[in-house]
Amino acid sequence: MYSYLLPEFTVVRREDRCIRCRVCERQCAEGVHHWDKGLDRMFSAEEKCVGCQRCVVFCPTGALYVRPHPSEYRPNYNWTRERFQDLKRQAETGGVILTGSGNDKPFRVYWDHLVLNASQVTNPSIDPLREPMELRTFLGRKPDTLELEVEDDRVSIKSEVHPNVVIETPIAFSAMSYGAISYQAFKSLAMAAKEFGTLFNTGEGGLPRDMRAEYGPHAIVQCASGRFGVDPEYLNCAAAVEIKIGQGAKPGIGGHLPGEKVSNSIARTRMIPEGTDALSPAPQHDIYSIEDLSMLIYALKEATNYEKPVSVKIAAVHNVAAIASGIVRAGADIVAIDGLRGGTGAAPKIIRDNVGIPIELALAAVDRRLREEGIRHKCSILVAGGFRCSADVLKAIALGADAVYIGSAALVAMGCTLCQKCYTGRCAWGICTQDPYLSKRINPEIASQRLVNLLRGWSHEIKEMLGGMGINAIESVRGNRDHLRGVGLEDWELEVLGVKGAGE
Amino acid sequence: MATVSARLGLRDMFMDGVRPVRELLPRLYLNGQTAEIDGADLKHKELNDLVREAAFKGARKIVLRNIYGQRYIGTRLYLPTRVEIEVHSHPGNDLGAFLNGHRITVYGNAQDGVGNTMDDGEIVVHGRAGDIVAMSMRGGKIFIRDNVGYRTAIHMKEYTGKVPVLVIGGTAQDFFGEYMAGGIVILLGLGLGEHERHRAHYIGTGMHGGVIYLRGRVEPYQLGKEVGVLDLDENDWQIVRWYVDEYAAHFGTDADRILAGKFQKLLPVSRRPYGKIYAY
Repeated sequence: MYSYLLPEFTVVRREDRCIRCRVCERQCAEGVHHWDKGLDRMFSAEEKCVGCQRCVVFCPTGALYVRPHPSEYRPNYNWTRERFQDLKRQAETGGVILTGSGNDKPFRVYWDHLVLNASQVTNPSIDPLREPMELRTFLGRKPDTLELEVEDDRVSIKSEVHPNVVIETPIAFSAMSYGAISYQAFKSLAMAAKEFGTLFNTGEGGLPRDMRAEYGPHAIVQCASGRFGVDPEYLNCAAAVEIKIGQGAKPGIGGHLPGEKVSNSIARTRMIPEGTDALSPAPQHDIYSIEDLSMLIYALKEATNYEKPVSVKIAAVHNVAAIASGIVRAGADIVAIDGLRGGTGAAPKIIRDNVGIPIELALAAVDRRLREEGIRHKCSILVAGGFRCSADVLKAIALGADAVYIGSAALVAMGCTLCQKCYTGRCAWGICTQDPYLSKRINPEIASQRLVNLLRGWSHEIKEMLGGMGINAIESVRGNRDHLRGVGLEDWELEVLGVKGAGE
Repeated sequence: MATVSARLGLRDMFMDGVRPVRELLPRLYLNGQTAEIDGADLKHKELNDLVREAAFKGARKIVLRNIYGQRYIGTRLYLPTRVEIEVHSHPGNDLGAFLNGHRITVYGNAQDGVGNTMDDGEIVVHGRAGDIVAMSMRGGKIFIRDNVGYRTAIHMKEYTGKVPVLVIGGTAQDFFGEYMAGGIVILLGLGLGEHERHRAHYIGTGMHGGVIYLRGRVEPYQLGKEVGVLDLDENDWQIVRWYVDEYAAHFGTDADRILAGKFQKLLPVSRRPYGKIYAY
């Protein structure tokens, strides 16, 4: 069938700069560029271009630009270009439109309507370069009361304490499975988490056996509906175990890792036959209620001898506060919430763009509800869903989060340009692919350094902002909404966020 | 604390009032390599603490008496040694969940989640079992003497020669073998009358790996659209005979009488049932 789609991008080549080195041809995973021997000229099949900018970055003479394609349909507020294109693609295939990464629609980004406080005159600010500043965060259930026993100069804790995991900065890497991303990208996250003293999350693709001893103590391992790669050793080698109920990019639906991506090594890690679809059912079939969830939480605690915190990850949906309360009552030590803008390796676009609520509102609602019920201390709250910078992280902590998961930001640090084509498995940056020619573009030594640099930069910025507030420990800003003010928000939004308007 | 929690509606159904294992040790009778535990009134964590304690003290066979609904029996044994557990009479949910190679025999009925995500070992139930038996099981063997509940063998899987086996003497409820990605499931239908069909609908729906051997009558409309029906070949008969013999040995029935019945083989029609629903 002849395709009526317009190209998404246009490739502009400045002939006066092009030296026919053919770097663009080798770098492109979509086969856009090609060299005509007879004419000694480069040509571009721009309808294939996904706009990942790999060729532009690698062109040694700066001869290339890739831009959104200038041809347009008649402007129409209702029938946007995207609607046209998706509609035509579906008319040609009859399929569900897939996409990757997070929701790109213009829903309000509340982080951009919240501002932080700083000390002026009445409270001295602190300079983190010379004074101690504490970002260390403990994830897990805290005791109801703290009873101490003092004997001479020895102090010991009498209360029963629950297992906690220590991270050196309130930022961990979101769940991204080996299979969704390449081994190299997966390993880069693990190496960076280990070096910086934080955690990465295996997603539901398992943890390769050769990584368990070294990186297990820095991993949150997922137990999801497909139970891929879950065996007793996997659970016991980890820092924490996470039950995945939902994901912000696709609340309520499962996942399909297509058979062509299930290579020998992925098959071994997921513990399924090579080449079969890895189907993650939408629900966990042993969980149809909070009581059932409780049963799995304690099954995992039993399987790990009550030595590890158990997290439950849900997508932010309408009744998220009540659900989170149920999760805490069910015995979870960590509640992880993934918002509307959370990323994915593959999801139906209609779900990604229309289901779920923004993480800012979900977080504020959950934190408030748990406080009102007197159970906030029984869990840590981890939030995810499109965190772009350190200010987003700090604002989230002021809204009540214990720590933040970053996924897209970490991928961008490794090279990702959010071209949203993760589901094709042809990532030119070597991240979301299992093609050895492409995945070797990620060198874990270098990519992990980029990630560590990112964590270092963000952590330093958080310290600067904390210092400006006159606060020297991240604990003191947790749930401290007095340090936030809203700008340009409606009353109901301020009410849900529990934040005053600027000037109030 | 428990009172305060109860007042706030915070009763912890698993952990409230759990006694430390040292207080419970009198319930553990150890005789060489055999241990016996009286499970009356024990919470699941207390019972499993004692089972673990027994294993640490060198017990290789652990007999549990007065078991009424305690969950996760066998789950807490991520240990290098293998033990044998005998359960009298009625274990609770998630019997042998994440089981790490141990052997569990139940003299009574089991509830939901038998062998949930079990890794290796053997579970033999002299009675019936509830829903999601062998859910996501990836290794070892389960034998259930009588009937099982809904969604049995859901998402069982196999890899590199590690093939889980589930043999059920009776019949199963709906969504039997749903999402199966591997493993061998044998449903014998022994309790059914001569012309009675199996009860389950949506058998093997979403199945994309493994095999189901089904003895007795089943109509095409009871099957999921992802499975095809075949006759057994010589290799299949070998497998079926092997495990039916094992079943008969466990429960003292006549293997030949079982094997004389009509068997069919259900196989997935595709390893990729949902490969074509997306627009790339």
